[in-house]
Amino acid sequence: SEMLTPLRCSTPRSLGRRGAAACLPSATRARCSRDEVLQDKRARILSRGLPKQKPIEGVKQVLVVASGKGGVGKSTTAGKIFLVVAKEVGLLDADIYGPSIPKMMNLKGNPELTPENLMRPLKNYGIACMSMGFLIEETAPVVWRGLMVMSAVEKLLRQVDWGQLDYLVIDMPPGTGDVQLSISQNIPIAGAVIISTPQDVALLDARKGTEMFRKVHVPVLGLVQNMSVFQCPKCKHETHIFGADGVRDLAKTVGLDVLGDIPLQVNIRETCDSGQPVVISQPQSDAVSLVHCAKSKKKKKKPTTKCSSHP
Amino acid sequence: MEEVAAERSNLGGVRHILLVLSGKGGVGKSTISTELALSLRHSGKKVGILDVDLCGPSIPRMFKVQDSDVHQCDAGWVPVFVDQEKSISLMSIGFLLEKPDDAVVWRGPKKNALIKQFVADVAWGELDFLIVDTPPGTSDEHISTVEALRPYKPLGAILVTTPQAVSVGDVRRELTFCKKTGLRVLGIVENMSGFVCPHCSECTNIFSKGGGEELAKHAGVPFLGSVPLDPQLSQSLEEGRDFIQEFPKSSAFPALTRIAQQILDGTLQQSS
Repeated sequence: SEMLTPLRCSTPRSLGRRGAAACLPSATRARCSRDEVLQDKRARILSRGLPKQKPIEGVKQVLVVASGKGGVGKSTTAGKIFLVVAKEVGLLDADIYGPSIPKMMNLKGNPELTPENLMRPLKNYGIACMSMGFLIEETAPVVWRGLMVMSAVEKLLRQVDWGQLDYLVIDMPPGTGDVQLSISQNIPIAGAVIISTPQDVALLDARKGTEMFRKVHVPVLGLVQNMSVFQCPKCKHETHIFGADGVRDLAKTVGLDVLGDIPLQVNIRETCDSGQPVVISQPQSDAVSLVHCAKSKKKKKKPTTKCSSHP
Repeated sequence: MEEVAAERSNLGGVRHILLVLSGKGGVGKSTISTELALSLRHSGKKVGILDVDLCGPSIPRMFKVQDSDVHQCDAGWVPVFVDQEKSISLMSIGFLLEKPDDAVVWRGPKKNALIKQFVADVAWGELDFLIVDTPPGTSDEHISTVEALRPYKPLGAILVTTPQAVSVGDVRRELTFCKKTGLRVLGIVENMSGFVCPHCSECTNIFSKGGGEELAKHAGVPFLGSVPLDPQLSQSLEEGRDFIQEFPKSSAFPALTRIAQQILDGTLQQSS
């Protein structure tokens, strides 16, 4: 764990004076390796208190769509990638503070309860969805601290009658905090897909997101570059509003694949707002072909030809 | 008793505290905070920015000072200055990390502790405005920030949204949060409102238009203005150009100047 002081000391203070001395530039190699052994021991002792990972009943694989940065298109992409998969898919909206899935999947209302007191997920376009948005009013904020959020996420995961699913896709909130930790510690995750726009500030956070999954031992399947380019509907001039190819460069740096490249298109936003995912309402659009490409790469989990918006 | 303590503290020299909030992520809170700080500085004010987004601190990067260090003085931590004249000062967790790519994977209590330190231990000195840039949502960071700032009577909150329905929905929640916590809403800013193609000047509403204005009308809060999408902005950051110099030429500048002016007018009204 990192203790922060303005002097940028990274050795945990709890190691005492010995640990503090190791911060000095003249620390010897022997002292450093003793610190490493101590740190290993601490990690093992601390992990005894952590929750055990328990898989969700009926769900074959859990995939996570995350980013680190807000507003890059996690919910938008999560809904779409899995709509084109011809399998049983569930979608869990883990963004407790800003649930977007109800709006995008055109779902409303309180979930019913089964005789075993489990919540029945709401279904649309063949996908079973569960979100905090179904349990609260549209304008009601969720002003909760971490502990309550953890228990809400636990309920949304375990107290839902998912049935038999091939994939459960979890749409993560932005950030690297309580929700992400709770989910990765409580259930085994098959893989994570990181979404980012090409912007510098977004890439910074996407990198932190990747780092976080590495820390909690969740395999990262690859990166998706969203909002990559905008084509003016009148003159067809292409503008890279949020930058160009930033995600490809990041992927090279961290050694991951780019699963796909999705452009900025007005029809994606329009169909989101009206609750008709673009892959269903406008299957012939460019954006959809890219999503297909990204989905097939993800399933194969190996690099294939580059996906581009031009045929 | 609380008021006396507030006056003597590190925030005693700060005249107005502004929070920039949004329920939704990625609407441009950090960008608007930065642009607002630059616009206020343009009007001759001394501005500080406190970045309480602990998981995704963007403010250091926007001013290109991400490699700066934070030093200690008698009164506490010294904020990072972005220019020679010391007209803009910053504090963010981004300056405290070993490497800029380090992930901050903390639970609530640890975040709360750091936010309390940010509020109490940073020696801001004399400032006209302190802008607090927040992460998306209504979580630990927000609750702690509002609680910690309460004794200093913040001027209010500016809510940023993009015009599309999913953003507006989340910002409605944020409005309710402000009401619940007694935070005054100074107004709503609609960001990424329209994109003008640099080639043919055709304006396309990529993220829709008017959603923020409608929300402001519906909720009975002032509408501060719409800020258009400017590709030059992110390009200048990518190419390492100085955003402080580039910003006055941007198409977003007039909109931000108007917003800054409304805030300044608001503060004059308050003091009179």
